[in-house]
Amino acid sequence: MALLEIENLTVEFDTVDGRFRALDGVSYSVDAGEVLAVVGESGSGKSVAMLAVMGLLANNGHLWADKLEFEGYDLLTMSAKKRREIIGKDISMIFQEPIASLNPCFTVGAQIDETLKEHTTMSRGERKTRAIELLDSVGMPESAKALKKYPHQMSGGQCQRVMIAMAIACKPKLLIADEPTTALDVTIQKQILDLLLDLQKESGMGLIMITHDMAVVAETADRVVVQYKGKKMEESDVLSLFESPKNPYTKALLSALPENATGDRLPTVSDFHLGDEGAA
Amino acid sequence: MADDIILEARNLVREYRTKEGIFGKEHVNRALKGISFSLERGKTLAVVGESGCGKSTLARILTLIDPATAGELLIEGNPIDISKEKLSKDMRSKVQIVFQNPYGSLNPRQRVGDVLTEPLMINTTMSPAERRDKAMEMLVKVGLGPEHFNRYPHMFSGGQRQRIAIGRALVLNPSLLILDEPVSALDLSVQAQILNLLADLQDEFNLTYLFISHDLSVVRYIADKVMVMYYGEVVEYGTRDEVFGNPQHEYTQTLFNATPQADIAHIKARLAASH
Ligand SMILES: Nc1ncnc2c1ncn2[C@@H]1O[C@H](COP(=O)(O)OP(=O)(O)OP(=O)(O)O)[C@@H](O)[C@H]1O
Ligand SMILES: Nc1ncnc2c1ncn2[C@@H]1O[C@H](COP(=O)(O)OP(=O)(O)OP(=O)(O)O)[C@@H](O)[C@H]1O
Ligand SMILES: [Mg+2]
Ligand SMILES: [Mg+2]
Repeated sequence: MALLEIENLTVEFDTVDGRFRALDGVSYSVDAGEVLAVVGESGSGKSVAMLAVMGLLANNGHLWADKLEFEGYDLLTMSAKKRREIIGKDISMIFQEPIASLNPCFTVGAQIDETLKEHTTMSRGERKTRAIELLDSVGMPESAKALKKYPHQMSGGQCQRVMIAMAIACKPKLLIADEPTTALDVTIQKQILDLLLDLQKESGMGLIMITHDMAVVAETADRVVVQYKGKKMEESDVLSLFESPKNPYTKALLSALPENATGDRLPTVSDFHLGDEGAA
Repeated sequence: MADDIILEARNLVREYRTKEGIFGKEHVNRALKGISFSLERGKTLAVVGESGCGKSTLARILTLIDPATAGELLIEGNPIDISKEKLSKDMRSKVQIVFQNPYGSLNPRQRVGDVLTEPLMINTTMSPAERRDKAMEMLVKVGLGPEHFNRYPHMFSGGQRQRIAIGRALVLNPSLLILDEPVSALDLSVQAQILNLLADLQDEFNLTYLFISHDLSVVRYIADKVMVMYYGEVVEYGTRDEVFGNPQHEYTQTLFNATPQADIAHIKARLAASH
């Protein structure tokens, strides 16, 4: 049984100009101990799919799926109580915009403590020790002092690392990491990727890594899903994707690496004359 | 002809003072420890450095949002001190910033169309129709469409919000643009579109960019000069070819060596090691 199974997931939003379909019948699954990378164009529905799994779609959103299951439990019909037990503990998410998902009114320490209090039986002292240990593991300088800071007193990358620390605090079975290293320089990015891969190996955590950074895909993924305009274009193991990308969008994506620039201009997807289907 | 310097920083220092509780001990964090450099008009300076080394702090000082604790800032040769004098309208539209965190910099109750037309309303004499046209045009240039005009910021993806922030900064035709990780949330293809747009605008209007990024392949593509920061100091400064070809400082070397690889041999090696 897969850890997470998504079958034919569709999400639509109400807008002033009518319904907009953000995700159109996407299916994929991830197993325990596996790293699945999800790549694709900005706005192609990568985050929306994961927010649907977390039950966090905006009010104007509607979803349908043939299957949306975690460890065999149906996430669509699950009771609110059961959902609260799972979300945040067994499934946790590193959100794409860390500073927007941290609470500006509480210190970093208080926010990590809250997560630990809700999902573990640790004592106050144990929680403090664990919080410092977590911040150390994400490379936060002066971790004890950092606990007393508010999010706005931290740099972009420091906030992102707090978010990562919170997401792994309760040793989730499934971690959804939505662009987890966008604000990090390559040295700290490496430290974070190693940390996530260690967790995945040690505890058999499943990891969904949403990223636009093909090098991060190359460094971490077992399998890769490629999305374009709300649809899944391609799914393959990591080596095949780089060696022989099948879909034109994937090819376009790989050739848009700045190091592949020919002359002055970078090739963009429009240079590849893709239709809505991505399959030119 | 002498270099045309649009901005000069002399020994900029920035300290953050935080208190633990009301009576607690004051803690001083020297985020910038005396930074000096100059920006040449029409050129791009890329700034790289470890997370937390002071890049965004510097960006906010250069765009006249926060004052420096000490040091001097000159724009087009004129010293500017925002803690002493009010900024002129002209200066306000001349220097623009794209914030690292687009969500936090967009008003959640303002439609995207208004986000783009508001700066024009405040700073220009354009008619409402002209403003609307200009905003629409900008929306398309950053890869969004007219259908997005009436939507609110929370209705966009991360990368779409980042592009809205870029559009807002460009709409006033600034002469100096500070971009703080402006393409960090964009897939390669949209990133290419934005980088091409920035290059076109630079050619056309002689725009000057200070471009903060941790993505070294982007830096290598876009920069004329590169500045490497480490713990609030500049540790390396030179032309792109100098810095990439022959990095002097240990941190720069560490940085280049840590760059992840996307080539097939590398993937094969990793897969072999894990089985
Ligand atoms: N609440 C909403 N109302 C209307 N449209 C929305 C809403 N939320 C998201 N969308 C739209 O759904 C589409 C998919 O968004 P999503 O955030 O999943 O993109 P993404 O693939 O994560 O992109 P990025 O890489 O830029 O983060 C986008 O076109 C976005 O504008
Ligand atoms: N308002 C503040 N109060 C106290 N300390 C602050 C404040 N803002 C930033 N800092 C600290 O100053 C240092 C520099 O922060 P800055 O945001 O400039 O870093 P950065 O180089 O932009 O990092 P990143 O790449 O992670 O965005 C950090 O150690 C940060 O914690
Ligand atoms: Mg997203
Ligand atoms: Mg920053």
